[in-house]
Amino acid sequence: MADPVFRIADLRKSFGPTQVLGGVSLELHAGEVTVLMGANGAGKSTLVRIVSGVYTRDGGTITLDGQDFAPASPAEAIRAGVVTVHQNINDGVVVALDVATNLTLDRLNGAGAKFLFNPRRVRRQAQEVAARMGLDVDLDAEISDLSLADRQMVAIARAMAHEPKVLILDEPTSSLSSAEANRLFAVVDRLRAHGVAILYISHRMSDIRRLADRIVSLRDGRITGMFETKPLDYEGAVNAMLGQNMHRAQIAARDGDGAVFSVENLSLAAHSRPFSMKLGDGEIVAVTGLVGVGKTAFAETLFGVRRPLGGAMSLRGKPYAPRSTADAIAAGVFLVAKDRAESGIVKDFNLYENMSLPFLDRLSRFGVARRRAERAVAREAIADLGIVCRSEKDDMATLSGGNQQKTMVARWMSQPASLFILDEPFQGVDIAARRDIADKLRASAAGRATLIFVTELDEALETADRILVMSEHTVVGEHRNEDVDIDRLLAEIAGQPMRGAA
Amino acid sequence: MTLRDFAIKYGFIALLVGLIVFFTLATDGFGSPQAAVFIFQSVAITGVLALGVTATLVVGGFDLSIGSVATTAMMAAAYAMVVLEQNALVAVAICLVIGVVVGLINGFLIVYMRVPDLLATLGMMFLLVGLQRIPTEGRSIATGMTMPDGSTAEGTFSAAFLALGRHRFDFFMPNLIPVSVVVLLVLAVLIWFFLEYTRFGRMMYAVGSNPKAAELAGAPVKAYKIWAYVISGVFASIGGILLAARLGRGDIASGNNLLLDSVAAALIGFAVLGAAKPNAFGTAIGALFVGVLLQGLTMMNAPYYTQDFVKGAVLVVALVFTFALSNRGRA
Repeated sequence: MADPVFRIADLRKSFGPTQVLGGVSLELHAGEVTVLMGANGAGKSTLVRIVSGVYTRDGGTITLDGQDFAPASPAEAIRAGVVTVHQNINDGVVVALDVATNLTLDRLNGAGAKFLFNPRRVRRQAQEVAARMGLDVDLDAEISDLSLADRQMVAIARAMAHEPKVLILDEPTSSLSSAEANRLFAVVDRLRAHGVAILYISHRMSDIRRLADRIVSLRDGRITGMFETKPLDYEGAVNAMLGQNMHRAQIAARDGDGAVFSVENLSLAAHSRPFSMKLGDGEIVAVTGLVGVGKTAFAETLFGVRRPLGGAMSLRGKPYAPRSTADAIAAGVFLVAKDRAESGIVKDFNLYENMSLPFLDRLSRFGVARRRAERAVAREAIADLGIVCRSEKDDMATLSGGNQQKTMVARWMSQPASLFILDEPFQGVDIAARRDIADKLRASAAGRATLIFVTELDEALETADRILVMSEHTVVGEHRNEDVDIDRLLAEIAGQPMRGAA
Repeated sequence: MTLRDFAIKYGFIALLVGLIVFFTLATDGFGSPQAAVFIFQSVAITGVLALGVTATLVVGGFDLSIGSVATTAMMAAAYAMVVLEQNALVAVAICLVIGVVVGLINGFLIVYMRVPDLLATLGMMFLLVGLQRIPTEGRSIATGMTMPDGSTAEGTFSAAFLALGRHRFDFFMPNLIPVSVVVLLVLAVLIWFFLEYTRFGRMMYAVGSNPKAAELAGAPVKAYKIWAYVISGVFASIGGILLAARLGRGDIASGNNLLLDSVAAALIGFAVLGAAKPNAFGTAIGALFVGVLLQGLTMMNAPYYTQDFVKGAVLVVALVFTFALSNRGRA
């Protein structure tokens, strides 16, 4: 094989005491699509930001065509021939301007740019750029009138005007429909044929199957798998990304009694296959699957944040169709939402005020909040879950991530639930806190159905009695957590044709 | 507690006490009950408006229309009594309805039409400034005025209504405390209790700090936001009633400073007790602080045209207290 165009060797990056990249080595070859897979927090974004000149590296070397590559700014990286199309499509275009100006935006800056803005010159240049990419978008159109896919095409076309040697696409299909994604794939094929070295970051299996020449798996800041020989070992790549090979705690899988909660032909997204499932009393069921397969959409549907496109739900034998989160809570369905900083913690509130938030009405008399009762509830939870803090009046910011998460879980455990849902409850939580939370969930499981949504397979295997696998907004597999057939499970996560699934 | 913590927490209160002591020593008569009542009276209307706008600040919004709601209510009260010859009760009711309706419209624009709060209430401010002039073709309202159709307005401000501006309650001394001061104190205690001690107030703070978390905890976020603007509108219209009762006419030129003064009081309130967030107690102290400072300076013969400069300087210092010194402002 020819020498790689782009070579990363032993790349290191830390933020404070946290090491994000611990010696990553990666090579990109001309005319090849290298797919980089990694779960949240694996270090993908950091890697992209270093390569695109946003961050500087702490250690290691990067070479482009054998020359040292150390961009001090994004503009320098682009000039050197390394172009990045970021995940958020709207970061790549200026919505207030038209297509022609967007295509030539980077020529309005820097030395040699003309003082006056000449629409005719801009148009002429834009035509050249569009022609080179085979872009068929009206140059006079406003960006705000374009679909996301068209906006992305504009961003890519502008990037390609520099004739880069290396193109980095960071989860480019995460907000595209499948038809739109197909247009993107055609462009990627075309660039590959032109000899561009492409790094394609994604965990959508359908993208990866369609495009990958090589797959590299990243986990916890290290390369954990490299797959180059065809046919590519997709399950191996998923396995390397999720790192399931760690030792795991044994769980005595229990069977739920009766059906506390069931869904019938639930449809979460257009074109997704409707699915049904039942949850029993005392049972903990984990729903696993890659990012973007509809886990959060499912959780939010159960909690009344969004409506299902079709199908019915029933709770304790009665039809259940929450129109708001307040409806869900009144029915005894509680959700510990994912990403506590964004959707859980009220940072102006102290610990006990955060804990009492959803049940403040039950802790009030004639509308007046009873602080004494609130604090008693919080003290109980602190002792119960082992939350490390000075007192129940602590600011949330003084707690560690694990203790913040315990507070979020405890918030919902102070009242009895019929269906208790936790979306990524172990995200950003240290191992000890994770054990504490999982133990508490298992110990208190009787009397309700518990549903946890996790991307990491280990977390499912450590906590649940039963594991459901989601892919493409539907449930594709079911396993009792006892001598689980890991190969089949991984195949289902990777989106293989399934054998006798739920 | 370090010196810095102490300064953040008690700095503003200490400054207020210091000012009072200084003015008492430096001038004749500043330390008298009458002077104290006068200070309260001078900030009563501003204070009522500021307490209302505090509610919108709590839910993470802002209400620029309060000044024009107050003047619109004042004009409406005058119109009701002078032109329509209604009694005091009707006039007061009309004002309160105006406050509620404007609050609902503001809330609707912000929550459902997704107009940013500053812009929606700025638009409403303009609209009201114009609207209040239309019925009288831009003239002030007083008994005996000539109407656009040539007739003369025969109605008068009712005695009961004027009492809201002129009556004084006995308090240790005869005829000491004006109605407006009592209204201010009652509303201040009410909104303080509401925001600090009821679950509705707590949820409003939650909505302002993290609306997504509040919604996922089952709070009707949109309803809370709209309620905040209704509170703000009603408080502003009460301010307008007091203004009309004090002036005894519908004066088109009055109330120019209401908006800026009351917003300043609410923002100064952020610095009181190191709260670093909108709070009713702070707002009341903020309004008093400005009142004490202006009264003291006036008694020391500072010219009237320095007043806005002084208010602005106090506001800037208070904002530095809030955002640069406290940890919460930084987070």
